[in-house]
Amino acid sequence: MARHSLQRLLGLIPTLLMLITVAFLLMRVAPGGPFDSDKLLPPDIEANLNAKYHLDESLPQQYFRYLGQVAVLDFGPSIQYKDWTVRELIAQGIPVSSTIGLAAMLLAFVLGTTLGITAALKQNTRADYLLMGVGMLGISIPNFVIAPILILLLAVYAGWLPAGGWDWGIASMVLPVVTLSLPVTAYIARLTRASMIEVMHSNFIRSARAKGLPESLIIRRHALRPALLPVISFLGPATAAMISGSVVIERIFSIPGLGSYFVQGALNRDYTLVMGVVIFYGVAIIVLNFLVDLVYAWLNPRVRYDQNR
Amino acid sequence: MDAPAPLLEVKDLDVGFDTPEGEVHAVNRLNFSIKPGETLALVGESGSGKTQTAMAILGLLAENGHMRGQALFKGQDLLKMTTPELNRYRGSEIAMIFQDPMTSLNPYLRIGKQMVEVVMHHQGRAKADARTRAVEMLRAVRIPDPERCFRQYPHEFSGGMRQRVMVAMGLLCAPDLLIADEPTAALDVTVQVQITHLMSELRKRSNTAIILITHDLGVVAGLCDRVMVMYAGEAVECGSVEQVYYDPKHPYTQGLLDSVPRLDRPEDTDLVAIAGNPPNLLALPEGCKFRDRCPRAFEACREKPPMQLTEDRHAYRCFLGDPK
Amino acid sequence: MTKIADIQAIDPFEAALGVSDVKGRSPWEDAWHRLLKNRAAVYSAFIMAFIILLVVFGPMLISWESDFTDWDYTSTPPSFASGHWFGTDSVGRDILVRTLEGGRISLMVGLVATIVSLLIGVSYGAIAGYFGGVADRVMMRVVDIIYALPFMFFVILLMVVFGRHIVLIFVAIGAINWLDMARIVRGQTLSLKNAEFIVAAKACGVGDWDIIRRHIIPNLLGLVMVYVTLIIPQVILIESFLSFLGLGVQEPMSSWGALVADGAQDMESAPWTLIVPSVFLTVTLYCFNFIGDGLRDALDPKDRL
Repeated sequence: MARHSLQRLLGLIPTLLMLITVAFLLMRVAPGGPFDSDKLLPPDIEANLNAKYHLDESLPQQYFRYLGQVAVLDFGPSIQYKDWTVRELIAQGIPVSSTIGLAAMLLAFVLGTTLGITAALKQNTRADYLLMGVGMLGISIPNFVIAPILILLLAVYAGWLPAGGWDWGIASMVLPVVTLSLPVTAYIARLTRASMIEVMHSNFIRSARAKGLPESLIIRRHALRPALLPVISFLGPATAAMISGSVVIERIFSIPGLGSYFVQGALNRDYTLVMGVVIFYGVAIIVLNFLVDLVYAWLNPRVRYDQNR
Repeated sequence: MDAPAPLLEVKDLDVGFDTPEGEVHAVNRLNFSIKPGETLALVGESGSGKTQTAMAILGLLAENGHMRGQALFKGQDLLKMTTPELNRYRGSEIAMIFQDPMTSLNPYLRIGKQMVEVVMHHQGRAKADARTRAVEMLRAVRIPDPERCFRQYPHEFSGGMRQRVMVAMGLLCAPDLLIADEPTAALDVTVQVQITHLMSELRKRSNTAIILITHDLGVVAGLCDRVMVMYAGEAVECGSVEQVYYDPKHPYTQGLLDSVPRLDRPEDTDLVAIAGNPPNLLALPEGCKFRDRCPRAFEACREKPPMQLTEDRHAYRCFLGDPK
Repeated sequence: MTKIADIQAIDPFEAALGVSDVKGRSPWEDAWHRLLKNRAAVYSAFIMAFIILLVVFGPMLISWESDFTDWDYTSTPPSFASGHWFGTDSVGRDILVRTLEGGRISLMVGLVATIVSLLIGVSYGAIAGYFGGVADRVMMRVVDIIYALPFMFFVILLMVVFGRHIVLIFVAIGAINWLDMARIVRGQTLSLKNAEFIVAAKACGVGDWDIIRRHIIPNLLGLVMVYVTLIIPQVILIESFLSFLGLGVQEPMSSWGALVADGAQDMESAPWTLIVPSVFLTVTLYCFNFIGDGLRDALDPKDRL
């Protein structure tokens, strides 16, 4: 197990390097330097600026300097928000974004697996068809379609929930969290159903039945873990999906999270901010994938043991 | 000799499956019984209904399956029972060993846990007690270092070892009836012999009756008291091993025996395959089901032959040898 | 002639295996029958065909131009009287025409970007799978690495850095989505290469080209088809996501995502501006997902339960 983790950890390095390198190169090939403004700067001032931001060094020098900065999460100053560094902006957005993300992930996992298992155990009944039809709808309706519609219905017409904003109150969290988790919930439900059905038809479940164990025990002890393994490995991609979903959700609900900064930065061509957020997101996805991988290995004796021998 | 009451008596068992193409008749009007401690072999080609017979007895048919008839186990009809009622018998009084040891054990649970749960559930024993019993059974099936095996996962074992575990698991609660569905089919030949020996040895020690489902006539000869040959969901011949092997009455049984090499015949005896294919289970022919492949079929075979019974309890379903 | 000989040769085996009454139906026919039995997929296919026809020919049949601003009817609700069946937006543009023309862009992006990802994915996967060994390991390691990157954000980054060209959108989205395809094609090629029926065909002296034509391609085709139908909605979704954020296609061009964004602005006063494009987008994605699902079930009966 320890060796497995270590191997995986080392495997992250090329991915991280790739991420940073691509970001760095994109930054350099961008038409016009990041400090170009509409007005032409006098040459000596431009030279000064270039010197200040080390743009006068050779490309490899700049690259290694950048690597060093990224290692301490120093992405430089934001171009748009002059008084802030990108690191400060990111640090501001994290608590909000991660709260929404974690809540949505938890909801999606609990609700998705419950619905999926229910559908699987009632396979080919009306309840199953209904759940799966609705599930497909959940997968197909984009976040940015369902969010305004829910705002229209529950906030504008019914007036039950605020249409947007963020005050750390439960009411302001409901709609963003629900809309963010919806597609992932639906996907997890379908995934769970398929794998649960497969597991329930497997030979070892037949053996368990032949042993005279009650059905509830068979489901809990014998079927649940193998049925949930595919869901666990989906949690990695789900994280990525949630992060990109959060970008649009935060914008729709005017939530001051990372995603809002990201979109603002993208629309205003705030290179440093966009780059910083992309790298941060990348690192977050990579790290979470790694954790998911560990959980998977821990749940699956075949991986857990084979790696050790 | 006064015969003891049968342990299991199957009467007029029908098993069918609904498929998009129509109903598949897997087992048709099957009758047999087995006495305590007896070993009965169900022999036949794939698709002859032997596995589905066992599944029906234990209530393990696939969802599209249905059954009719009776299976009286100690006088109680298993086919009428609900799943919770059946669960009192499954694993405790009737145990089953499946064909494929590679997939029949739960790969995510330690072997010990999978064994202990049977004892704990059926006999309400404490964990430590159940563990002692499990290790004892693992030792009985001659698994080296049973204590260690107890803590291991199925994937750490070979097919033969896993089948030993399955046998041990089946015998944990000292069942009165053990149903073994092709227990050696998925194994190497040398391992097959070991498992067969193991089963015959365990049978001698306990008084467990065994229904052995197989297409391997060699395994039958070494292990069984009686043989029932099945064809297209019907019993075509039933008798003691000696009767069926040395005096087969049904042409299908004769065909089966001619298609396997035997040491008790001259070396240059040709092996003969049975021509043709088993009938389509979706549309079974009237009359004798073996008629189309039978080298000795005649006009009367258009009618369904009744079961004939000789004086020494050798039964067969064929007009040949009919006293009339 | 060889066929009869083959059948006769197989007969005793079948007898031994107890295979009874094998019906002569090709796997493709089988798949087709299974697909037709999947009602959700069949209905979806019809609805999808209808939407495509509507999007392609609809704008020609409607008398309004998509950029015509009807000042007499700004933010009018759907009505037959005004001639704007699905209403107008805040500057009096006809919602139906705009939605249909936006659909052209959305569907085109879906098609072109899918082809891009198909070309990259299939050739990459096939090469890795066919050559195997070190080449395969290196190529798949690269895929793994790229896979872990937040690609959606790189597309946005590309948009920010290079400006928003429609061609760039096609290419960028296509370039994200080839990874799945590459993995799948590679896996299938690898298993086909070592499959017993391929080895058997080789042993019987069947030529390389015939093996590729008769065995490899048909076995890859189904899988690729399934993934194409599943990639199309993904691609449409990504494009509308970008357009919704204002990072995709730009005025005067429009797409469903951009229209949903516009509609969301005005939804309190004119909810139809949100609902009409939302319905088109959702129904399209829904149908594609069902078709893809149906195809997968039909072509891969292993997963069918």
